[in-house]
Amino acid sequence: MSVFTSKDYPDYTDDGKYKVIGTRPIRHDGVDKVTGAAMYGGDVRLPGLLFGKVLRSPHPHAKILSIDTSEALKLDGVRAVATADDLVDVVDKLSNIGETTVNVREIAKNSLASDKVLYTGHAVAAVCATNPHIAEEALDLIKVEYEVLQPVIDVRKAMADDAPLLDENRTTRELGEDSGKKSNIASHNQHAMGDLDEGFAAADVVVEREFDTATIHQGYIEPHNCTVWWKKDGTVTVWVSTQGPFEIRSQVAEVLDLPVSKVKVMPCEIGGGFGGKFPTYMEPAAAIMSHKTGQPVKMLMSRTEVFQATGPAPGSYMKVKMGVKNDGTITAAHAYMAYEAGAYPGSAVGAGAACILAPYNIANVTIDAYDVVVNKPKSSAYRAPGAPNAAFASESVIDELAEKIGMDPMALRLKNACHEGTRRADGTIFGKIGCIETFQAAKDSDHYKSNLEGANRGRGVAGGFWFNGGGMSSAAISVNDNGTINLNEGSVDIGGSRASMAMIVAETLGLTADDINPSIPDTSSIGFTGGTGGSRVTYATGHACYNAAEDVKAEMCKRAARQLEVEEGQIEYQDGRFVCTSDASKTLTVKEVAASQGSTGGPITGKGSVNAGGAGNAFAVHVVDVEVDPETGKVEILRFTAVQDVGKAIHPSYVEGQIQGGAVQGIGWALSEGYFYGEDGSMANPTFLDYRMPTCFDVPTIETILVEVPNPASPHGIRGVGEVPLVPPMAAIANAIHNAVGSRMGELPMSPDKIIAALQDAQLSEAAG
Amino acid sequence: MSKIHVQTTINEEATEFLCEPRESLLEVLRETLGFTGTKEGCNDGNCGACSVTLDGVLIDSCLMLAVEAEGKSISTVEGLANPEGLHPIQQAFLEHAALQCGICTPGFLVASKALLDHNPEPSEHEIRHWLAGNLCRCTGYDKIVRAVLEAAQTVRASA
Repeated sequence: MSVFTSKDYPDYTDDGKYKVIGTRPIRHDGVDKVTGAAMYGGDVRLPGLLFGKVLRSPHPHAKILSIDTSEALKLDGVRAVATADDLVDVVDKLSNIGETTVNVREIAKNSLASDKVLYTGHAVAAVCATNPHIAEEALDLIKVEYEVLQPVIDVRKAMADDAPLLDENRTTRELGEDSGKKSNIASHNQHAMGDLDEGFAAADVVVEREFDTATIHQGYIEPHNCTVWWKKDGTVTVWVSTQGPFEIRSQVAEVLDLPVSKVKVMPCEIGGGFGGKFPTYMEPAAAIMSHKTGQPVKMLMSRTEVFQATGPAPGSYMKVKMGVKNDGTITAAHAYMAYEAGAYPGSAVGAGAACILAPYNIANVTIDAYDVVVNKPKSSAYRAPGAPNAAFASESVIDELAEKIGMDPMALRLKNACHEGTRRADGTIFGKIGCIETFQAAKDSDHYKSNLEGANRGRGVAGGFWFNGGGMSSAAISVNDNGTINLNEGSVDIGGSRASMAMIVAETLGLTADDINPSIPDTSSIGFTGGTGGSRVTYATGHACYNAAEDVKAEMCKRAARQLEVEEGQIEYQDGRFVCTSDASKTLTVKEVAASQGSTGGPITGKGSVNAGGAGNAFAVHVVDVEVDPETGKVEILRFTAVQDVGKAIHPSYVEGQIQGGAVQGIGWALSEGYFYGEDGSMANPTFLDYRMPTCFDVPTIETILVEVPNPASPHGIRGVGEVPLVPPMAAIANAIHNAVGSRMGELPMSPDKIIAALQDAQLSEAAG
Repeated sequence: MSKIHVQTTINEEATEFLCEPRESLLEVLRETLGFTGTKEGCNDGNCGACSVTLDGVLIDSCLMLAVEAEGKSISTVEGLANPEGLHPIQQAFLEHAALQCGICTPGFLVASKALLDHNPEPSEHEIRHWLAGNLCRCTGYDKIVRAVLEAAQTVRASA
């Protein structure tokens, strides 16, 4: 039996250029997280704590006629209730919450419904009591009268002219202009370049296919939580597991009509987010009840509430048409994309439309994107939001083009791969990217070169693109007198980023990762830092940490000069030491400079602040082998290799981990995950028993190949890595299934029933000749 | 609601508590006794984040009423390490970067310990089968499985 040890994991130190970057130290928060000591949002305990619960709508679409909370308030132990009547009337205003932009008025309506409920699970009222069981009992005593309306839960039905309207006042924004037409279609946008007719006319083969994808959930294991204490001095403190403490601060302040300076968000450890832990859900209700009682109020969602009221990533309908010449030149592409925004506008269709054909250099492209409201929870970002749906469609069609012209699918992609200078359909010109390098590495991989034999087995490949983010981040350093470093940085650590931040600082100052003590303080104790999302943390906050370390280094040069009694300009930093340029025998280590800081000018501190542009785009290529059981329709993943341009792997283990985790989420999206809706328009499977996420028994080792094409805007070449691994898997698996059994799969999830149906269809059409 | 007195052993220490009959073991561990290392992910026995052992048997503490703990011996993640240091499984999880967000980690550690207690030399297949009751959404499981393989070797070597 082979046993892997950490020694088997290779370093990425660029042949010794780096001493810390590219190695695999143990993460700083690791011991707390393996001993149970780490404090997540659900672990918060405070004096006088009350427990809140939310009453949620049993109807997917209804008018609220009345809410009577009087009986609930009479129950022993109940302290307060909250309804939309307690919220100030918030006006329409757009607020950036990490990876998506939302309307503050809709955040308020989503946290406590006023006139209408728009999905099963929509919050209607909240109660707090001395223990959670009493709060739950009190929910049963709240009387709500509804006028039940016809729901619409399918994107195509919602787009129909005679569809029930979620909002009678909503009109479609058609290519940026108000069309005046009442509709569930919130917006239609378009990217276009070249001449589509000309492009299709030049093609030898044209393929057009339709695709449907189910609503799915981010599936973080930790349910949403918050604890809010509105104190007598008018300040509001929020403990919460969130990806974006500053985004929560702004949402809470906006909804409660408070200045941000009155709101402090304490970021707790976070049990997964994947884009879904940016929005506020229960914070406004908890704040109102804390205001009424003067006591802190803690609220935790159940798993069913998480499924019914948070997350989901949009279900979608797409139609993709592409043309190719026999030599493999893709001449034209048209994508029609309609995404379910959920109850309020703002699905990720915009990002999906910018990503859908991005890996390829195609002259004639039109992309139509529709954002459509339906009676489902307000959709939220999920790992490369919008791009995975899109790639399922486009990468499936590309695979069919390759098949029809008899070309290797990787070769077709390589032939059309984008490169520096290629113009995307959304108008962006690519900077330095590693698309070709990534496809080439996949083509050269052991996996792709291996033979796959056996009945009902097949191999599929697919590519994927994600922008990656930059933006504002802050870091602050203080130097301890023993030469260790306290590093404060603003990015919530969702998967090991403290370690990467510490490694960047250690590398810069010639220290070890262990010498750095990284912390993520509250929003009153660190400069603004955009949330942990958009694959931005290691790039943008890493840059802020680097700047803070350089700031310390510059200060230490001055201090070393004083300590060595030489001119300030005569000290240079060389490899962990401060060296006098005129007398090389005069040197001090970082630790020696730190030890004397009191006598050379006081505490040594440094700061880093960036608004990082120039995020390096990410490309991923996945190769997957499957075996389809024609009796049961079960698809087994035999082998899976994920290749990705990571720019520069700071901590390779966590880079690999991001890729492996994203790929396995993709396997779930491909094969087993999806919201099922009954006739009543309610989600029928809101538990982990019935919403099937992959277990370790369902998946093999995800093999990773890290390609490093440095991002020129980063001091270390860093690109984001977290999101793009979720883009290719669904198409790669669909293409593998086709390769195995000859059926093109147009619907996600490709669950056993759909596989069986596809095989039966194939048999029928074969019999029909 | 009147409370019931329960005497039990938690991490080898005699422990007594009062609880309502409707409270789960998970709730009492976390809210009454402060063992917040045991996590709630679903509260219906499908994610394994609340895994503990009861007289050596791996269970989901959300599925058991606290009153049923009378006379039983419970082990939680807080009981894995000892004053000399981390348990080899904890150490292996750190070295293999077998956690990202860490919320499922206590459950995986307790479940892995229970596996090695009755099967000191599990194959990769056996590990994946045993741990299928624990969901992790971050890691894709590979590094967890490798960590358990290595921990098994370490435990055997020190036995």
